[in-house]
Amino acid sequence: MAKENLSVWTSISFWRRSAAWVTGFATILLIWLTFDTMGQISMGTDADLQKGITKRVPAPTVINYHIDYKMSEKRGHEVPVIGKKEPFFGKEWSPKEAAALLHLGKLGSQAKNCMNCHTLLGNGAYYAPDLTKAWLDPMWGATMQGMTGKSTKEEAMAEFLMHPEKYPTHARMMPNLKITAEEAKGLVAFLKHMSSIDTNGFPRGFSKTVDQFKAGGTNAH
Amino acid sequence: MLINIKSNSLTNAGQRIGLMYFRVAIILFAAQLLMGLIAATQFVYPSFLYGIFDFSVARMVHINALVVWMLYAMIGSVYYMLTDETGENVAMAGLGKLAFWVLTLAIAVVVLVYIFVQIGPAKESTIWLINEGREYIEAPRWADIGIVVVVLIFYANVFFTYLKGRKTGIMTVMVANLLALAGLYLAGMFFTDNISMDQYWWWWVIHLWVEATWEVFVGTLAAYALVKFIGAKREVVEMWLWIEVLMLFGSGILGLGHHYFWIGTPEYWWEIGALFSALEPVPLVAMFVHVLYDWAKEQGESGEKSVITNGPGMAWIVTNAFGNFLGAGIWGFFHTLPQVNIYTHGTQFTSAHGHLAFFGAYATILIGMMYMGVQGAYGVKRMKATFNSKMAIVLITFGVLGMTVALTIAGYEQVLVERAELGGGWQAFFAAQNLPWYIQAQLWRLIMGLVTFVGFIYLLLDLLTIGKKAKAAEA
Repeated sequence: MAKENLSVWTSISFWRRSAAWVTGFATILLIWLTFDTMGQISMGTDADLQKGITKRVPAPTVINYHIDYKMSEKRGHEVPVIGKKEPFFGKEWSPKEAAALLHLGKLGSQAKNCMNCHTLLGNGAYYAPDLTKAWLDPMWGATMQGMTGKSTKEEAMAEFLMHPEKYPTHARMMPNLKITAEEAKGLVAFLKHMSSIDTNGFPRGFSKTVDQFKAGGTNAH
Repeated sequence: MLINIKSNSLTNAGQRIGLMYFRVAIILFAAQLLMGLIAATQFVYPSFLYGIFDFSVARMVHINALVVWMLYAMIGSVYYMLTDETGENVAMAGLGKLAFWVLTLAIAVVVLVYIFVQIGPAKESTIWLINEGREYIEAPRWADIGIVVVVLIFYANVFFTYLKGRKTGIMTVMVANLLALAGLYLAGMFFTDNISMDQYWWWWVIHLWVEATWEVFVGTLAAYALVKFIGAKREVVEMWLWIEVLMLFGSGILGLGHHYFWIGTPEYWWEIGALFSALEPVPLVAMFVHVLYDWAKEQGESGEKSVITNGPGMAWIVTNAFGNFLGAGIWGFFHTLPQVNIYTHGTQFTSAHGHLAFFGAYATILIGMMYMGVQGAYGVKRMKATFNSKMAIVLITFGVLGMTVALTIAGYEQVLVERAELGGGWQAFFAAQNLPWYIQAQLWRLIMGLVTFVGFIYLLLDLLTIGKKAKAAEA
């Protein structure tokens, strides 16, 4: 610079140095937090599930357990609650089998481009319902089991995924994505696993007043 | 057709490569708008192209064309300014030209596969050959690797030219920022069964691009454009640029936390994400003030009005200053706090913000850079806005603002009815989607999308003809 600077506030080198320090500091903090988060969101193990140790992202064998989503007084929002064992597609899956099924499902979720209509963990497109807690959706109960003629939730989901055009619920329908029976099982496992992830209470009050809404009428007595 | 833009007057190889990138960017911009119109139509008439060209396909090409045209225009801008800033010819320009053709061919193949193959079986081969199914970075793995190679060549062009030439503040920021921008792409190139882990790294690419490195890139382009268009003082512009870098990276890097509220990541991201992302609008205000201040200052100096050398270019830079602040700053701040975001996350609200932010922060300034390219290509000293330039900027800006307002209204409906009242889920989702006000908003979004498209036609016409007209007028 030709003229000497009168004030530090108009000095380029001051701002350059400050920019470098601030950027460096923010980057280091982000990397440090990333290490901590990586530890917390790594998948748990089957042993964790058996011992009842809560993980933010449980092991694939969580598909062998009943999953619920309940208000936690302590945390002030809903959290996934892993309950008793229940069969999944009529059997208990070994850690190896469960991991393979989840792998198939996660691959399927990407290969079929789910995210460009739906949201997963709230991220994606906004043309179709959020899938974060789709496993827990009341629609899979009486409505979809009735429509598909299947006796369990997982079978109804798999049937719907294979032939969504046969079971329309609204004018906006899911297209047939040529999902095979095996892939459908994988996708259901992926959805069940996702519903067991601790999402800090998102979505809030999942489907809480849907029954009331469907019943119609008034809430006044 | 775009070959019509002559580049005989360009004095260096970098500018010629820049123009090549601009031409493809415009074509991809058109593709983005067409796909958007299809997707918007499907919101209103769900049977439109159902089973043939579903929403997921239209939407994927819509957002991919967006990202790629912007990257093309960004790369084009860098090539365009490289020799001017460094005072040196582009190092290894031949390789840069080859890289352009390789990248363009690869992108053509990717788009054709998206459109005609669309999806594949749940196998690794689909991820490698068809699409990765991860929003914004769907490009299959083979293309990812190709992109990395091409970007390395591009970076070598920039870096070695920088090394042998003048090291201006603008170029120093550019070179450092491009390294971060390119490196971040690698965070999106792996597969994991853990969806939380997947989303964690996915945001490294998406957020640290659009809310950090791309913003710094825009600051750099604006600095260069102000020097070029209105003769702003380099010392002032560069000082502002460093302040912007400080504030953009200071808020944007840890602002990443606002994407980690609900994806399985720990609660401490609530506070970190809220604090830093709430600060993100601050640099955008600074950039806005800076552009307008410099403009007013140059206008007032030396007694008489100083000359704006590129009228339409400058108009888009000023629109950028407004749009960045409004779209990224205000619309982003609306829903950045976790207390609000728990309801707004993943609704049309996000879509409203996305439309205005991508337009205001990026599309505007990149269109401005294309006007700079046209001016250079015809060797025009002073380029004034034509009727087409004015129609383009008015219709496109009005169209995007209209879409944003419509989507914001749709977002309110969705947030309050689907999320707050009914708690989300399948039935709750459709209850909100079928509300008359929501449907009305989606119809307005489609209409405003058409307005935007008409504006684009004017823009295309203008870019094709303005240079020739201005040259003829000067002769």
